[in-house]
Amino acid sequence: MIHPFFRRVLLALSGTLLLASCSDNKQQATTLPYIGEHDVRARTDGGPADTIYATIPRFTLTNQEGKTVTDSTLAGKVYVTDFFFATCPSICPKMQSEMLRVYEKYKNNPRVAFLSHTIDPAHDSIPVLRDYAERLGVTNASQWQFVTAPHDTIFALARAYMTGAEADKKAAGGFAHNGTFALVDGQRHVRGLYDGMNPQEVDRLLREMPLLLAEESAKQSKP
Amino acid sequence: MPRALQVLRGAAIATAFGLLAGCFTNKQNEGARLYQEHCSNCHGEQGAGLRRLIPPLAGSDYLSTNRAALPCILRKGQQGLVVVNAVEYNQVMPPHEDLTDSQITNILNFLQQSWGNKGEAYTIREVSELLGACNGSDGR
Ligand code: HEC
Repeated sequence: MIHPFFRRVLLALSGTLLLASCSDNKQQATTLPYIGEHDVRARTDGGPADTIYATIPRFTLTNQEGKTVTDSTLAGKVYVTDFFFATCPSICPKMQSEMLRVYEKYKNNPRVAFLSHTIDPAHDSIPVLRDYAERLGVTNASQWQFVTAPHDTIFALARAYMTGAEADKKAAGGFAHNGTFALVDGQRHVRGLYDGMNPQEVDRLLREMPLLLAEESAKQSKP
Repeated sequence: MPRALQVLRGAAIATAFGLLAGCFTNKQNEGARLYQEHCSNCHGEQGAGLRRLIPPLAGSDYLSTNRAALPCILRKGQQGLVVVNAVEYNQVMPPHEDLTDSQITNILNFLQQSWGNKGEAYTIREVSELLGACNGSDGR
């Protein structure tokens, strides 16, 4: 059985592959694709049409220190997301140990952030999240935030980040979810999806992050 | 692909699987396979654990100091404070009701004898008896 969320991710991934394979232009090879649906809008001034890329909706979350985190906290940064829960009996430890690899590489780089969303906000209170982060060795709460929000907010965000997550009484621990990592640019566009359970996929994330960071630098140095 | 080639390829794949399966016939490898399947996501492929979240199994003093309790820990899971190599852990390990007594024995023997561990091996009968303490023996 393929979970519908997995299917979406697969679709998105194969879309990326297709896109990548039809472009022979050099520019493309060093630019990460925009993942999700595109919309093309004619401009009122008659100029070339604008492409509107899928954008993560604005959000307000609370981190392990009880501080508010919003989309503007992360604006202009490159960030990586995942979805987990503290008592997750299956994939989370492995997924978080892969995330740790990425964190160690970009630790203290103010242009990079990490966002781990709990999909069990009823259990994972702020003290639980703080304890989890500390046990994982994450001391810099402003760089790797373990965040909570009302249930519906979290699950809507999971969909936006193209990560499968839903309550499922039959699944181990009560939630069915996958270990997708989403790489997001400074304007809330998803630019890469990776299977966080697969070290090769996480290696690809490590190779692709510098491309996105370079793109952000270029954007910011423009007048 | 020509039909003959397809058949050949099928045969090659089947042989590869056959070879793989052949590797897992002895008990040590049964333990390794079960560990990989049921435990490695949390405790790691090399039993190193994960920071202060998941305790290690490689070089864990707990394996010798709590030898008799291990069958029930595998069967029923564990939660609350545990101290392994002087580090405190406090998370949830899930139960494994789907494993037979003999599978638990093979996993435990794999733990006691891997990654430099040199613990005493268990017999199936001993594990079934120890599982009696938590009503966890399935007699198989
Ligand atoms: C979902 C993650 C998870 C899985 C899967 C898991 N464990 Fe654990 N294990 C833990 C945690 C967490 C603890 C510590 C529990 C506590 O804090 O009370 C632990 C404790 C232990 C301990 C005692 C402490 C030590 O490190 O020596 C042993 C032995 C153990 N696990 C073996 C296993 C074996 C064998 C399997 C596979 C059958 C397994 N575990 C599967 C998370 C897990």
